[in-house]
Amino acid sequence: MMLMKRRDFLKMSATAGAMASLYGCAAGAKAGGHVVVVGGGYGGATVAKYLRMWSQGGVQVTLVERNPTFISCPISNLVIGGDKTMEDITVSYDNLRNKWGVRVVQDEVLGVDTGKRTVTLAKGGSLSYDRLVLSPGVDFMFEQIPGLNNAATQQKILHAWKAGPQTVALRQQLEAMPDGGVYAIAIPKAPYRCPPGPYERACLVANYFKKAKPKSKVVILDANEDVQSKKPLFMKAWADLYKGMIEYRNNSEVKDVEVASNTAILEFDQFKADVLNVIPPMRAGNIAAKSGLKLVNNRWVDINWLSMESTSTPGVHVLGDAIFPAPTMPKSGHMANQHGKLAAAAILNLLAGQEPNPAPVVMNTCYSFVDSKNVIHVASVHQYDAATKLVQPVKGAGGVSAARNELEGKVALAWAKNIWADMLA
Amino acid sequence: MKRLKSTALAALLLAAAAAHAADPNLGRNLAATCANCHGTDGKAVPGSGLDALAGESKEKLLQKLADFKSGDKPASIMHQISRGYTDEQLRLIAEYFAAQK
Repeated sequence: MMLMKRRDFLKMSATAGAMASLYGCAAGAKAGGHVVVVGGGYGGATVAKYLRMWSQGGVQVTLVERNPTFISCPISNLVIGGDKTMEDITVSYDNLRNKWGVRVVQDEVLGVDTGKRTVTLAKGGSLSYDRLVLSPGVDFMFEQIPGLNNAATQQKILHAWKAGPQTVALRQQLEAMPDGGVYAIAIPKAPYRCPPGPYERACLVANYFKKAKPKSKVVILDANEDVQSKKPLFMKAWADLYKGMIEYRNNSEVKDVEVASNTAILEFDQFKADVLNVIPPMRAGNIAAKSGLKLVNNRWVDINWLSMESTSTPGVHVLGDAIFPAPTMPKSGHMANQHGKLAAAAILNLLAGQEPNPAPVVMNTCYSFVDSKNVIHVASVHQYDAATKLVQPVKGAGGVSAARNELEGKVALAWAKNIWADMLA
Repeated sequence: MKRLKSTALAALLLAAAAAHAADPNLGRNLAATCANCHGTDGKAVPGSGLDALAGESKEKLLQKLADFKSGDKPASIMHQISRGYTDEQLRLIAEYFAAQK
């Protein structure tokens, strides 16, 4: 069944060039062609839907995603804290398939031939494209934490920084931990995916301990000099809600782990925990480097902000956490969704032989739970600046919550419903 | 006087050039930045608690946005977001949502 389907669209994509001209004839200057999207997260799912929607079906889209369903990183800390279930953060790709006509292929991309404009699939076969979108998220640099540089130890000391099996496993470790135990979360040096996420997780684990294991403690081992996002609001939550329960340690980079004893090895110190949660340093998903795209600091893809196109490789657009961000731009799901729309608009213009929109705008909203109900936000708006060729944060716009509040707790859950629908419904 | 005139003319020409260079889908693209919270094309998920913007009158949307921008209308976040857009961009966004059914 699956094979048949794949053979069918392989045939179709082989004729994408011919189809492009057909669509061109039928719809005047409108865009046609075949776009392959790699990765069905916040960026990839959005660009796939918007390409289909804005071209009114004129552009063919194939989305290659290794997982059978979308599982959201935002809200996943509530699963770890015991307030939500995996089902609450899982969304089907069925609407992308059936409502929007995206070919969703559950597979993995092994490599890209940017000269021939083809991608090779793990299950066999290849796809040709007129334009390629890579939305691969991040991959971890396990080699920087030698004890974690093998598959077996990665099952014991978890990151849970990609929502999925590790989210469930970390929850289980916390449930199995005896009262009076210590949970430690290690944060890598910035930039990393979701700047406020680790501090939110510390809050929600402490919130769980408060209810179920009140003698337990949370220790934050932060490789950075200071709290990376919403600092005063997080510090106030720790002082007000979790006094004596959450301990924050700055400049505490984890260099290695001793897996048998659950010990984090710092530069001059060691820290033994009952549940040790290490978020390793990260870089653009490996497919970016494998495809030969220009990286900044050997980690993040350098892109053109008018089109999200790689500065080194024409025809390849990159979204989300994998890119070298513009000033003050966070690596967030919300921002990846905005990248997806910027790229969709630009790709449709380019496929129709037109210049991309010269004045793109993107914005970010990020909600963090500090307990089961109270939330704090950070927001920003970024406008394209022709002089620097970057999207720059607008001065006087954006900001954080005045104080944690329950109203924004409701808004945060409403945000999740709406952004998931915006990507996938 | 003459110089003033030519400056005005230059400004007009520049404005015309800028208008010419603008993407015909600018309103659509700008409105899409609101869709994360307010739904694709302003059609928020029913019952989610966030305002659907599709089909709202342009005047009403612009007034709301102006009040957010000035701080006259209390908000948890929209006062911070509305200040990131120019009045012209907000006009395009309001027009786009007003035209959605």
